[in-house]
Amino acid sequence: MQKAIKRWFPLFVLPTVVAFIISFIAPFIMGIYLSFTKFKTVSNAKWVGISNYTKAFQDSDFVNALWFTVKFTIVSVITINVIAFLLALLLTKSIKGTNLFRTIFFMPNLIGGIVLGYIWLMIINGVLSYFDVSITYDASYGFWGLVILMNWQLIGYMMIIYIAGIQNVSPDLLEAADIDGATNFQKLIKITVPQVMPSITICTFLTLTNSFKLFDQNLALTAGAPGTETQMLALDIYNTFYGRVDYQGVGQAKAVVFFIIVAVIALTQLYLTRSKEVES
Amino acid sequence: MAEIKTQVPVVDENGVKGQFIPKRDTKKVIIADEADTKVKTKMESKDIPFFILLIVLACVFIAPILLVLMNSFKGKLFLSNAPFAFPDGDSFVGFDNYTEGAEKIGFFGAFLTSVFITVFSVALIIVCTSMCAWFIVRVKKWYSQLLYLLCAFSMIVPFQMVMYPMTQVASNLKLNNMVGIIFVYLGFGAGLAVFMFVGFIKGVPLEIEEAAMIDGCGPVRTFFLVVFPILKPTAITVAILNAMWIWNDYLLPYLLLGASETRTLPMAIQYLRGGYGSIDMANMMAMIVLSIIPIVIFYLACQKYIIKGIVAGAVKG
Repeated sequence: MQKAIKRWFPLFVLPTVVAFIISFIAPFIMGIYLSFTKFKTVSNAKWVGISNYTKAFQDSDFVNALWFTVKFTIVSVITINVIAFLLALLLTKSIKGTNLFRTIFFMPNLIGGIVLGYIWLMIINGVLSYFDVSITYDASYGFWGLVILMNWQLIGYMMIIYIAGIQNVSPDLLEAADIDGATNFQKLIKITVPQVMPSITICTFLTLTNSFKLFDQNLALTAGAPGTETQMLALDIYNTFYGRVDYQGVGQAKAVVFFIIVAVIALTQLYLTRSKEVES
Repeated sequence: MAEIKTQVPVVDENGVKGQFIPKRDTKKVIIADEADTKVKTKMESKDIPFFILLIVLACVFIAPILLVLMNSFKGKLFLSNAPFAFPDGDSFVGFDNYTEGAEKIGFFGAFLTSVFITVFSVALIIVCTSMCAWFIVRVKKWYSQLLYLLCAFSMIVPFQMVMYPMTQVASNLKLNNMVGIIFVYLGFGAGLAVFMFVGFIKGVPLEIEEAAMIDGCGPVRTFFLVVFPILKPTAITVAILNAMWIWNDYLLPYLLLGASETRTLPMAIQYLRGGYGSIDMANMMAMIVLSIIPIVIFYLACQKYIIKGIVAGAVKG
């Protein structure tokens, strides 16, 4: 049977593989090579060693963006996951209309990043207009604006995953704890949280990588203003490529650094939370 | 990436219990319809404060959209002065913002472009990656394994890493048009889609396919008549995740189509931001309303599938 299928290789595998190579594999390898060169188009690259990397780290915009992204990621991962988990706890109680609430909380997630950015730009500027300023007045406005936006977008999504996890907690364990006289808080900490650890892993992973890679929302809400103070990594890399002359090599070096950070964060986080999961 | 593999969730809505559940899958994610039945249970009095809290929160969640809707009927000046006031005699401009904005950004053209790209990309991704995943599972050779690992790997690589070279490769190959971009989306969507299909197909018993082959079905007919129908639940999940991504994607179409006059919906919205960062917020609000309406309709129509798809697709990195 394997032989019969193998003969159909061109039909089954080739379309996907060709597309995958053109849009991912080849650009990825070229990207690593180009980060060590000076280039305008990919065909006229000149080897310059690691000077792109040193330039990238000397670039105050890049360091600033890195720092801004890290702060933003920490704050939004914590707020999103805590609120989403609490909401999921509420919605797994016997409360009327859980379905309707679930529908409402999830909806913002379907709206794209660009549109989300402009919705919140209007609201935040509206609130700030009472103080006669706008979101570009201070970097901290942009920061908290992005945090609020991200919460609004992702809470519903994470809540859905947490609800599935909580509904999966074995009722026997909870009943046993009841008989032993455990309080609700003890049950939550000792039973529910360890049991939903797989959901916590997934949700932290998703919020972490999504916050770190944020681009559309950043572009629409502040576009980096004031100056480049609210520029996150993805936007800074984009601007290095397309906004500066002769900086493509540095942009590519920044992108490689960005990739390494994302990969390290993602893998460490998966490893750490996985090790806390209990075998059910 | 090996860590992720153990997390392949099971979507099995056809009642084919256990049979197709991958053996190595220890943690099942139950996609519960339990919440649906809970609606009828009686609420205890101690839960009433929570109920009120939820109502308040729901209002907070809905408020931004209502504000956008309200402001889309207001004139430019009034929007910046009093964004939270209801439109009244002075500020109300009817559908002016809608007609003006739609004309300025070519809304309907952009809408059709987005529909075209999303529908065909999703269809191509479903057909091609499911075939590819079946091949990977059934033909146990080093290259199948390598391809699978590369797909899993591609999920943690941020777009900026390949952005610049990819744009150049695509324009050299003349993929920077509405049809070419579909092919590029196949490449970018392949990682997650192949990963999810492989996870599911590993649990599909070989016997069914063998029976079909013995009865004289070639691999192609076996796949489309026997295997593909079994994959339906995963196909729906993959379709929803990819549709949400492609419909809302801004950067990739901007890089590939930006030079031409073709615009997708997110590009058209972004187009309202003028050259010096000035934004016509009144038109913007109207265009946002128009672009949200199809999403809301789609959501309300396939809510069940979307929520199942989200839970099942939560493996995405």
